[in-house]
Amino acid sequence: AVSLPFAVGQCGNQVGCRFWDLALREHAAVNKKGIYDEALSSFFRNVDTRTGDNGPDIYKGKICSLKARALLIDMEEGVVNEILQGPLRDVFDSKQLITDVSGSGNNWAVGHKIYGCQYQENIVEKLRKTAEHCDCLQCFFIIHSMGGGTGSGLGTFVLNLLEEEFPEVYRFVTSVYPSGEDDVITSPYNSVLAMKELNEHADCVLPIENESLFEIVNKIHQMINSGKLGSAVKQSSLVTSSAGSAKTLQEKPFDAMNNIVANLLLNLTSSARFEGSLNMDLNEISMNLVPFPRLHYLVSSLTPLYTLADVNVPSRRLDQMFSDAFSRDHQLIQADPKHSLYLACALLVRGNVQVSDLRRNIERLKPSLHFVSWNQEGWKTGLCSVPPVGHSHSLLALANNTCVKPTFIELKDRFMKLYKKKAHLHHYLQIDGMEQSCFSEAVSSLSDLIEEYNELDATKGGPRIDPSRLKIAV
Amino acid sequence: MSIVTVQLGQCGNQIGHEMFSVLCSDIRGTHGLCSKKENESYQDSCKERFFCQEESGVPVARAVLVDMEPKVISQTLSMAARSGHWKYNSHSHFCQKQGSGNNWANGYSVHGPRHKEAIMNLVQKEAEKCDRLGGFFTIMSMAGGTGSGLGAFVTQCLRDAFPTSFILNHVIWPYGTGEVIVQNYNSVLTLSHLYHSSDALLVHENDVIHKICAQLMNIKQISFRDVNQVIAHQLGSVFQPTHTAGGGSGYSRNPLGDLLEPLVPHPEFRMLGLRNIPQMPESSLPYSTFSWPGLIKHLRQILIAKAQMEEGIDWQVRPPHPGSSIPSTNKPLHFNTSIANLVILRGKDVHSVDLGSFQDPSLYTSWLSPQDAFNAWKTPRAFNKYEKSASLVSNSQFLLKPLDSIVGKAWNMFASKAYLHQYTKFGIQEEDFLDCFTTLEQVISSYTNL
Repeated sequence: AVSLPFAVGQCGNQVGCRFWDLALREHAAVNKKGIYDEALSSFFRNVDTRTGDNGPDIYKGKICSLKARALLIDMEEGVVNEILQGPLRDVFDSKQLITDVSGSGNNWAVGHKIYGCQYQENIVEKLRKTAEHCDCLQCFFIIHSMGGGTGSGLGTFVLNLLEEEFPEVYRFVTSVYPSGEDDVITSPYNSVLAMKELNEHADCVLPIENESLFEIVNKIHQMINSGKLGSAVKQSSLVTSSAGSAKTLQEKPFDAMNNIVANLLLNLTSSARFEGSLNMDLNEISMNLVPFPRLHYLVSSLTPLYTLADVNVPSRRLDQMFSDAFSRDHQLIQADPKHSLYLACALLVRGNVQVSDLRRNIERLKPSLHFVSWNQEGWKTGLCSVPPVGHSHSLLALANNTCVKPTFIELKDRFMKLYKKKAHLHHYLQIDGMEQSCFSEAVSSLSDLIEEYNELDATKGGPRIDPSRLKIAV
Repeated sequence: MSIVTVQLGQCGNQIGHEMFSVLCSDIRGTHGLCSKKENESYQDSCKERFFCQEESGVPVARAVLVDMEPKVISQTLSMAARSGHWKYNSHSHFCQKQGSGNNWANGYSVHGPRHKEAIMNLVQKEAEKCDRLGGFFTIMSMAGGTGSGLGAFVTQCLRDAFPTSFILNHVIWPYGTGEVIVQNYNSVLTLSHLYHSSDALLVHENDVIHKICAQLMNIKQISFRDVNQVIAHQLGSVFQPTHTAGGGSGYSRNPLGDLLEPLVPHPEFRMLGLRNIPQMPESSLPYSTFSWPGLIKHLRQILIAKAQMEEGIDWQVRPPHPGSSIPSTNKPLHFNTSIANLVILRGKDVHSVDLGSFQDPSLYTSWLSPQDAFNAWKTPRAFNKYEKSASLVSNSQFLLKPLDSIVGKAWNMFASKAYLHQYTKFGIQEEDFLDCFTTLEQVISSYTNL
């Protein structure tokens, strides 16, 4: 089953670029014989390029030329051009790109209303073409940021389109949320306008905050430089590293952070691509982690962040990996799931980990976690045999937890600060199709969502009254 | 008579593979502790039941493999072929690409009708290869989406297409603390539907088998493969050829019928629990000896006290005073009342075993005479390298507490309406859930009031 990533906007494409690079690295490590297999086919087509770029797809046999199943969309050319000139240039062809020159000016309305309208047909056509090459399309991934104009506006426009054109295909969105110190003044507007779309049209959203990525990068940096590790770290194992991938040039500042997000997506899809004793597909993630349609925001954490190169140093205890997954500093947003309320939790383990390790750690960690009354013992677990590059095992935790609430509350507060003063509003309202009601509806949607989390939080720690069972006449 | 096995979903296919492996390695082994002639007769009987012969000489499992995603079937087929000792028919499988998403409604209402024809064609082909069809054995978990939902649908199709054949569903109950968050919904939907089309449900609980792996098999890092191998051993102990009570000198020719007819006298009571002793690591087998009286004593107490295995048995539990008719509400709380039991003994000196303790009327309800409620099969040919092996298939209150727990958790979640939208979008409505809860509360009530 195929997953189709869409990178929209500058941030989306930078992350996307790291994703494709690391995906190739991962498959190269596993696929020693160069045979085009089921695992590869979920992200890549195999094209016979001997007669040129428009050769037919080869479904079996040796790898000829791998092409990413993707759409790269940006309203500026900078990032996409760089990708097309870089080491990944052969992985994409022009039919997968949609670009323009002037950008969206950090304006959601420009991205959503103007470019959306302008490029709708183009996007749908390219989307259909890409989907045609897929044997079984299971899931779309949108990778974008919330704070700008293209990723945020056009990205959510694409989300709507996907729902209309392919209503049965799951829509997962990886959204980078702006921080308080974001240098784009209008990022709260863009984010809240985009949130309404995510609320209504996404199946699952994985929010990411730059601060968290930054802290993880720093933490690793400090660990390496402090000498505390005692021996060198395996470069390829760093969750922030591009080592072993096609990118050999000097890493750019955001690369480390973007690699984390790329690794998130690789781990999320690992069990759908590779075999294991308890498979976990993407549709299962949506099924188990979304108890009510609008509560589909999942906090993610990845461990371990690195492995040691020295084989004589005993690998960090497996159990430590599980503990770390629940710690504040491994979450990809600024949140502390341990002190909030879990609606659902998924653990996707990769590598040499068995069901007894899972069970032992669930039993160990359960008492310190708060689960909602109607899902006291609900865990979704997956075991994939293939570990990530450089690791013997790894864990991705996905939590549907009320700890997302503060992120949304802060976003709303920043929005209201601007909106009360009507600051910069005219940039939006002058766009065709934008009215004041777009703003009020968007913030209302966000408020409703926050309220749903509030109601759930209110039940935390309260008395547990099990509903009485059906009575049967004896 | 031959049994056609239908392996459904990841769990069903993984276990099916281990089961055929065990059956095959048992018949190839030389640990039968019997004459060559006896051994050959055993081999022939097993092959007739579970395998068909191909020109190449490699036995081909009488099985249909079904899954909604390709990876597991692909692995299962190649592992079997690699063994060199048996294999699956390379055409006898059906799979799709996208899976069922742990959604019972998707398995039952979408995949079921869509793929009914293709799947039933494969089943029909296997059934036709049998000289005499002895019935169907389906293997599935009830926690996921394919084994559970599609499995329930396929069972119904089997019932419609083969109204007079025996259908036994092997159902795996998931770990209590979750492999799948919606597992209790999927379980309730599966069990209630199977109750209407299946002849009986033979149950294995992951929690129980896990304990056996940890405490008896001494496995440190228990994998699903370990769990599945214990399950396969227990299945083999039931399904390998046996001499039934009145069977004469040959092996029984109607395995499912012989199993189901005495154990399921009443349609309201279809849940069968399975216990097998002794269980130990293969490396310990040569150093262990057991006596039949010891094994029988343990097995009986396992039955009475609803123990999960031969360690940690509660010896305090006693049957109610024989002879007095006690209303169910006054019976000792932890005592397990049986409707019917079957004990299967294999190995050395089997004919010397006294099973009188299992015929104690105080173990049973009053509907059947103890002679009818209790059956025993004794087979001298040893199984799977165990010098002595005793299995108990029991229609009793073994599964009452686990069933009640699952229904309770499902009801708790249902009351909050959590996850219901995932089912309604595929056509399973709240009313359908309520019907299923009603069916199962009825089953719980029936078993409670034994």
